Amino acid sequence: MGSEKTTATATFHATRSTAAARTHDRVATGVLAAIVGLILLALVAIIGYIVISGLGKLFDWSFLTAKPEQFKEGGGIGPEIFNSFYLLVLTLLISLPISLGAAVFLTQYAPEGPVTNVAKTAIETLSSLPSIVVGLFGMLVFVLSCGWGFSILSGALALTMFNIPILVRVIQQALEAVPRDQRDAALALGLTRWEACVHVLVPAAMPAIVTGVILSAGRVFGEAAALIYTAGQSAPALDWSAPITSLANPLNVMRPAETLAVHIWKINSEGVVPDLVAVSAGTAAVLMVSILAFNIIARVVGRALQRRMTAE
Amino acid sequence: MADISDKRGIERRGRVLTGSAVALVVVLVCTLIFMVCSRGLATFLTDGVPLGSFLGGTSWNPHQNDASGVPLVGALPMIAGSFAVTLLSCALALPFALGASLFVVDVAPSFGRRVFRPMIELLVGIPSVVFGLVGLSVVVPWTRSWAGGTGYGILSSSIVLAFMILPTVTSLATDAIAAVPDSYRDGSYGLGCTRWQTIVHVEVPSAMPGILTAVIMGMTRAFGEALAVQMIIGNAAQLPQGLLTPAATLTSVLTMGMGNEAMGTVYNDVLWSLALVLLAMSLVFILLVHLVGRMGAVRNG
Repeated sequence: MGSEKTTATATFHATRSTAAARTHDRVATGVLAAIVGLILLALVAIIGYIVISGLGKLFDWSFLTAKPEQFKEGGGIGPEIFNSFYLLVLTLLISLPISLGAAVFLTQYAPEGPVTNVAKTAIETLSSLPSIVVGLFGMLVFVLSCGWGFSILSGALALTMFNIPILVRVIQQALEAVPRDQRDAALALGLTRWEACVHVLVPAAMPAIVTGVILSAGRVFGEAAALIYTAGQSAPALDWSAPITSLANPLNVMRPAETLAVHIWKINSEGVVPDLVAVSAGTAAVLMVSILAFNIIARVVGRALQRRMTAE
Repeated sequence: MADISDKRGIERRGRVLTGSAVALVVVLVCTLIFMVCSRGLATFLTDGVPLGSFLGGTSWNPHQNDASGVPLVGALPMIAGSFAVTLLSCALALPFALGASLFVVDVAPSFGRRVFRPMIELLVGIPSVVFGLVGLSVVVPWTRSWAGGTGYGILSSSIVLAFMILPTVTSLATDAIAAVPDSYRDGSYGLGCTRWQTIVHVEVPSAMPGILTAVIMGMTRAFGEALAVQMIIGNAAQLPQGLLTPAATLTSVLTMGMGNEAMGTVYNDVLWSLALVLLAMSLVFILLVHLVGRMGAVRNG
């Protein structure tokens, strides 16, 4: 009798708690959805704010090409735009081969043991180092010890150190995502690991590698802390007809080169440019649009490569 | 036979080529650690500043000496400032990161893959100076009008940092939660649990080591962020009085000071000591990640 009553009560409680649990579940799902909605909203608001604040300057040809002014209004960001892209290209030229090599070693050759552990720890350390520390190291070694001064070369090498851990991880993930069968089949056909890597693995991983490299290029493009004490905070006016040894020659790697991101930081921390707010907003908009472009290009190119490879 | 030795040659060349890339990275990192250590220790070895008055001192003015002739190089205000913005920004970002991860793993996986992940990757790409600028023109005035004070300070910096570390924490937490075996979920659903009960009692506990790792990686990024924080925190090298008064972090003082002081002066040496603290902390964070990882491996057998 008593047990019947207990069962009934238990059933009653169970039903009630099930109903409560269902309500909790629905509320929780709603909260999670709201969180995601808020994040997306904030992201759109941030990007929209940056682009819209600088919209006037974004389509102002003279702003995009003129040289910056220090004490009067109407300065442009022509040299900064060129410097940012030039530094990015040089950085990729140096960091890509090193990262590719390191990633191949870690995924293909890496013997189990202390050597690999040291290498992995080193890359992990590099990736968690604050970029300002990388920049200060660059100043110590490239700018002062090597005597290269504040220069594109010093800046590109500092950016290389910043970029290597990102690229190694991206390429490593891309290589590991290639189905094991492909590698085994290549090895079974008598290819060495190196040949399998060059002819099978890297081509198969290419879409993911390209996507990752372009995405990381966006981060290099916007980096400033590693550059303020390596590539310097001044942008000499550029002149394509100047000799390569001149500071005015755009391709001279020994000249100081302020980038877009450094420009924003510098004019805001010095605060002497009269139209500071407009210039920073315009520069930020140019940076933001470039980053958006990198993201879109990364996805479009990655997808196109993927389609070409799988369609054949 | 010739063929095989050819192959061996190719293999050796590949190993040497890729191995030297790795060796280069290792040498670079070792050089970096050595150089920062040797410059950072000069404060204590060459200039004779006691370690205690650096780590525990509260007044920062390296151009002046105190009564006993030791330069005023108390770094505690900056160390406290760095930890304050790191912890507060993590506390702000974690609920959002965790909520979003749970949503994209359990509620809407295809939305997560197609929409949310690309958007989050876009957030990673926004340069830190641009975050600094948005902080300066939106967050600082907002804090000023809602909470009072100048608007510059730990609260504003933490809000901006929370956005900056959100992608790191979210994507790592998503990976951690997605790595929980489906059999755990099925078991829980099979017992009649709702999705929320499954999340609270099964998924989050079993993904805990991964979530902790995500938080530590977020802290690493927040601790080392320089320019955005320097633009917003107000740069007053005093012990943080509250969340709304100007403060300073290790990175902000480094960023501002390094350009002004000549190599070999006490001021410059102390700045390198601050860099050494930053370096040491990022090594500590790595160590923590490894410890957490090992703890997780032990727990999951």
